[in-house]
Order: sequence, then C-alpha cells, then structure tokens
Amino acid sequence: MPNVQSLRCKECGRDFPQEPIYVCDFCFGPLEVNYDYDAIVKNISRESIQDGPLTIWRYDELLPASRDNAVNIGAGMTPLLRADNLGKELGLNNLWIKNDAANPTHSFKDRVVSVASTKAVEFDFDTIACASTGNLAGATAAHGSKAGMNTMVFIPANLERGKVLGAAVFGSVVLVNGNYDDVNRLCSELGDDRRWAFVNINMRPYYSEGSKSIGYEIAEQLGWRAPEHVIVPVASGSLFTKVYKGLNEFAQLGIIDSANTKMHIAQPFGCSPVATAFVEGQSHPKPVVPDTIAKSLAIGSPADGYYSVGIANKTGGSGTVVPENEIAEGMKLLAETEGIFTETAGGVVISTLHRLAREGMIGPDEETVALITGTGLKTLEAIEMAVETRTIEPTIRSFDEVVMGAALQ
Amino acid sequence: MPFRRVKFTMNTELIQSPVIYELGHKFEIVTNIRRAEIDADSGWVILELEGALDEIERGLTWVTEQGCDVSSLEGDILAG
Repeated sequence: MPNVQSLRCKECGRDFPQEPIYVCDFCFGPLEVNYDYDAIVKNISRESIQDGPLTIWRYDELLPASRDNAVNIGAGMTPLLRADNLGKELGLNNLWIKNDAANPTHSFKDRVVSVASTKAVEFDFDTIACASTGNLAGATAAHGSKAGMNTMVFIPANLERGKVLGAAVFGSVVLVNGNYDDVNRLCSELGDDRRWAFVNINMRPYYSEGSKSIGYEIAEQLGWRAPEHVIVPVASGSLFTKVYKGLNEFAQLGIIDSANTKMHIAQPFGCSPVATAFVEGQSHPKPVVPDTIAKSLAIGSPADGYYSVGIANKTGGSGTVVPENEIAEGMKLLAETEGIFTETAGGVVISTLHRLAREGMIGPDEETVALITGTGLKTLEAIEMAVETRTIEPTIRSFDEVVMGAALQ
Repeated sequence: MPFRRVKFTMNTELIQSPVIYELGHKFEIVTNIRRAEIDADSGWVILELEGALDEIERGLTWVTEQGCDVSSLEGDILAG
C-alpha cells in the first residue's frame, strides 16, 4: 500500500501535495516522494516481501502506488547472476551481474514506467507520453497499451528503423523531423502545454522511484545484504541515485543490517559530464553535447548529475570515463564470458569494472554487482565491426579448411 | 505572460560579464534568479524568464551566442 506523505523538495525541504508536479515553486529544486517510514517499518519484513508477486510490486510498501492498481507487464525480479567466468578474466572472485535486459521490453525502463503509468492512471490522465531514442520508448508504449491509455512516443525521425519499429509495434509513435535538441525542446513545450502524463517530466518524482527496486532486488537476491560495490551506467543520474536510495532504505528499515556500498559512476567518453565532474572534483556537472555510441547514456544535461556526484563521493565510489573504442570490447567480453548480450551502456559498465579492478579500486574478494540495463539486440550496429564470422561452402572439405584449419592455427 | 524556467551554466570568462542584466535590457524579458552557485572558475544560475515566448526565444539565442549553456530545468528529456 502507498505510504506517501508528500512530495518534498530536495533542496529547500518544502512539502507539496501528491500531484503531477516535479519542481518546487519556491526554489525550483526537484521534488521527490516523501514516505512515512514509521508506518512502513510496522508493515514490511523479509517475509512480507517474499510473499509478494515476482515483480517490482513486491516492494509496493516503498513505492508511491499500490500493487492492487498497478499497470503491470511483469517488470522486475530480473536475474542476479554469479559471474565467475568474467570475474576470472578481471581478477574478481565475488562478482555478480544484475541483468535487467530480462525485463518485458528488455531494459530497466520497464520498472520506472510501470510506476509512472500507474500514477498516471491514478491522476486520471488519458494520455501518457515520452521522448526517447530507444529503451524508454518501448517501455512507455508497452505500458500505455496495457493501461489502455493514449500513448505519444516522440522519436527523432532519423533513428534506426529497428528502434522505431520496436516501439511502434505497440502503437502511437510520432517521428519528429529534427535533431535531438529539436525533440527535447518540442517535448518540453508540450509538457507545459498539454495535460498529459509525461513520464520523465511531470511524472518524474514517481517514475524515478521505480529504479529503487533494483537496489531492493540486489539486496534480496544476495541473501539480504548490500554488496560492497555497485557499478551503474549514468545518463540523467536518476538510476544511480535511486539504486543508492533503495539499498539505504532497506538498511534504515532493518530489512538488511547495513548499506555501505561504494557507488561507481560509469560513462562513455562521448557523454561523460557526471564522471568528469567527479574526476575533476566539481560538484555540478557541466553540460555537454553528446557524441557517443552509447545512445542510452546520451544525456548532455543530466538532471540528477549533481546528486550522483555527491553520492559517489559520500560512499567512497568513483567516476570512470570509458573510451568509446572500449565499449564494444566490454560488450564482447561479457558476451563471451557470461553469455549475456548487453546494450552499449552495459559495455560501458563492463569496461568500467575492468578499469576499477585493474587499478585496485575493487579488491579481488569484495562483493561487486555490475548493472546491465538493457539488451544488445537494440544496438546491433555498435558491435558490427567488433565481431567476426566465417563463411564456408556447403561441403565438409570447406568446413575443415576454413573452420577447423583456423582452429588448428 | 508566458514564462520559462531555465538553467544557465557559465565558464570563467562569462561569469565576469553581466549576462543576466543585459538579457533583461536588450530584450523585453523579466529575469528572476531563484537559485545559483558561482565560484572563481564557473557557475550556474536557475532563473525564471517572463515575457512573450518569441522574445524569450530570441533572448535565449542571444545568451547562447555569448557562450552560455542554456538548458531546461528538467535537464534533457529525450532519453535512451
């Protein structure tokens, strides 16, 4: 059941009613859901969680909506997999992969949109909307369909056909003639102009809470404890801050003993305002124009960048800028060792993990979780040049010559 | 009157210039600073701009031409 007291400004602490608003009228700070933890602690336990559904909604005591009315297509409870093969490559003996590509539309965005769409129905919106170049489009379109809402998914017209079709199959994709900035500006204006539930604008305080479920699941799947390290790919920074919040809420409520997890920022060279701010000792990331193959991390002006830098510093974490040419290598390494085909953001995470292990930031026996946020099937172009195939004639001789001959060499 | 909420991020050279003052004088825009942090090297300012929408657009184009980064309060909306 929802245990929400208010929306609270993260800057000035003023409270606001639960409405589709996202910014403080007084200081323009971001609003966040404020829970009644005294009530929650009386109702939540490991057992009550385990009795819940195998989705994010098993944690609904700590979400801003009830499972009874949830727009639910099965987001969450994705596998936490022991990664011994990859660990051996990197010199890490206690490594786990949280594989969020196993969500219904193959990315962690199903978690946030499940919460946002549930609140949108609760607020009596008839239209749900987003602007996206990939994962968010599919998640919003799918949940909009499930909720029976009108759906408006805005996509730059020049996006790869596969990504457009992946969202369009659910209906209501709008292609916008223009670049990323044009789509951003249009959607910002539409957000002000139309009474729609824009998942990452006026629904943002609720939407972002869905990401906490990754922190809860990691703790539960490890046997009710927080890991020593988590590596998170950072775009807006929302996911990073909420994984941290999830782990710390569990500790605060006594679900786990403590949460002393070091939070590590992973960003690609072509869009690294948050990791760069961390490395340079700045608290506020400077906006950049994204130019990276990790499209799902291409947020040049990250709304939660400041808070992410703060958490990385506070927890003894780090910020890593991954060269663009190492992204596909990270994707390949994970695929070849663990059988998981990640999106480019996952390549950034694995390359970050590699660097942290090499530099001794993560000790060989320290429990570490690397977060894989989506599937590589949506970003095939990224690994086109990195993989090799062999072609043979349909004869055994050709097979022996080309395949076995190469194997013998 | 329409308004927009924006964030200006300024580099070392720009923090020495009265950009916000000039924005309010060159264009028919009322500027209202709500939160800011300025240090020796750089700074950011969150402010509300009130005026006709096309005048605000012209003003923001001018600010950008001065070398100031202008972003919406919610950051980039277009997500992966």
